[in-house]
Amino acid sequence: MNWTSALPEIVLACCGMAILLFGAVQARRDTFHLASMLTLGSLLLAAMLAIAAPLGLAYHGQFVTDSFSLFVKLLVLVGAAFTVIASLDYNEHENLRRFEFPVLVLYASVGMMVMASAANLMTLYVGLELQSLSIYVLAAFARDRLRSSEAGLKYFVLGALASGLLLYGVSLVYGFSGSMQFDRLAAALADPADVSPGLVVGIVFIVVGLAFKVSAVPFHMWTPDVYEGAPTPVTLLLGTAPKVAAMALLVRAMATPFGHLLAQWQQLIVLVAIASVILGALAAIGQRNIKRLMAYSAIGHMGYVLIGLAAGSAVGVRGVLLYLLTYVFMSAGTFACILAMRRRGEMLEQISDLAGLGRRDPVLALWFTVFMFSMAGIPPFSGFWAKYFIFTAAVQSGLWALAVIGVLTSVVGAYYYIRIIKVMYFDDPVDAFDPRPASLSMLAAVSGLFTTLFFVIPAPFVGAAEAAAQVLFR
Amino acid sequence: MLPVGVEHYLVVAALLLVLGVFGIFLNRRNVIIMLMSIELILLAANLNLVAFSAVLQDLVGQVFVMFTLTVAAAEAAIGLAIVVIYFRNRGSIQVEDVNLMKG
Repeated sequence: MNWTSALPEIVLACCGMAILLFGAVQARRDTFHLASMLTLGSLLLAAMLAIAAPLGLAYHGQFVTDSFSLFVKLLVLVGAAFTVIASLDYNEHENLRRFEFPVLVLYASVGMMVMASAANLMTLYVGLELQSLSIYVLAAFARDRLRSSEAGLKYFVLGALASGLLLYGVSLVYGFSGSMQFDRLAAALADPADVSPGLVVGIVFIVVGLAFKVSAVPFHMWTPDVYEGAPTPVTLLLGTAPKVAAMALLVRAMATPFGHLLAQWQQLIVLVAIASVILGALAAIGQRNIKRLMAYSAIGHMGYVLIGLAAGSAVGVRGVLLYLLTYVFMSAGTFACILAMRRRGEMLEQISDLAGLGRRDPVLALWFTVFMFSMAGIPPFSGFWAKYFIFTAAVQSGLWALAVIGVLTSVVGAYYYIRIIKVMYFDDPVDAFDPRPASLSMLAAVSGLFTTLFFVIPAPFVGAAEAAAQVLFR
Repeated sequence: MLPVGVEHYLVVAALLLVLGVFGIFLNRRNVIIMLMSIELILLAANLNLVAFSAVLQDLVGQVFVMFTLTVAAAEAAIGLAIVVIYFRNRGSIQVEDVNLMKG
């Protein structure tokens, strides 16, 4: 048995326990900063171990490491590291200096890495729950603030419902096919003609559970409230790593065990994708709160990613992975800019608070503009290329209508992104923001440079995504 | 006497699932009832898994139930903790009071 495949997860979990123990022993001292640094170190260590981990099936076929899981794991670790960096200053100001915060982020990333490597419905469920349980707590982390606890409560109730439905779907798939192993499921379902209705119901339940986790319409109701209420670094986390992990899980589940049932699930994914892109484009228009706006924007972006999955081909999955890659950087960068919106020690969340930022703080306004243009899909920023890969894949699979709807909604969506730029550069300036900490400047600069310069050296990223997508369609 | 087959278990589990889902969406009173409904949904899935495990002569389903029970315990603990902090801030756990943010 090749147990070293799971070494990154095992080491990361052990590091989490060690940091927790350290924080508990040093309870009288302020260990938030040190715990955050140790967490960043552990995430880096896990990334290196993930790169070095041997490929193949392990633990009696329950755990798989391949280039797909590696791509997703690295992306998840980047998202988690961005969250920890973004929380350094925010938690300081908002009186959330508790060492549990980075540890919870760490455990959420362990769960997400397990999700990326799931080759069995059991692994899938346990990884998903580890991720979700950590994030429920994180959403309610500002425990003396009503908005945060309400966000945590809403996320918990709806998230637990989604996990329950997913579990019910897993039980049906197990019962009607006789296995939980992805490869055995694929062999058992090789002939779509003898698929029982019970199995299709089970697949629908699994898709519903995962669609909730990626906040696709019609399971998006929690997203705006949780995005708005949760502490902003947690919103950054919600907008990056869990989306990547849940989407990767959805892709792997649809492509590997249920790959022969493309005709059954494709219609479902197409409908969800259309609903998501339309709602994401229209509902965001009236928003005044920038975190809520980002929530609707996330719903729309997940719709575009689902278009890639609906294509049901290696090209489509390549598009999915590239979209997730660029989205992690765009989203993290935007939230770094939102975290910098602080005046006289108060966090600001209204779009109108950005008025005149172009004159007060040109650098921040420039990065904000880059992210907004990229999200709107304007070349040469990375968001344009991501949409390009997705739409080509949809067209190659003959989903013309889907591609056209995608292009039209991204034009509508461009309106509210560009409105933010208009507010920043053409509205009358209000007072300047407080000086921002180096951590946020660095985060915005790294994400901004990636977003801007993606088109210069896309080859390594496209190549990695290509190799990862091929694994699922052998 | 009527022999009890796997379909009977499936019907009971499906009823439990429906009860749980309706308990979450139709319940306008108390958040604790929602937690109980979530537990019902998980138990419905567990019942399915055990019944299938017996029919298929395969232990995997029962092993999964052990995992699910553990996860359900953790979920209940976290859910109650969140309800407690919510109650401290809001002074109420009525479902209609969970309305600070529109959504």
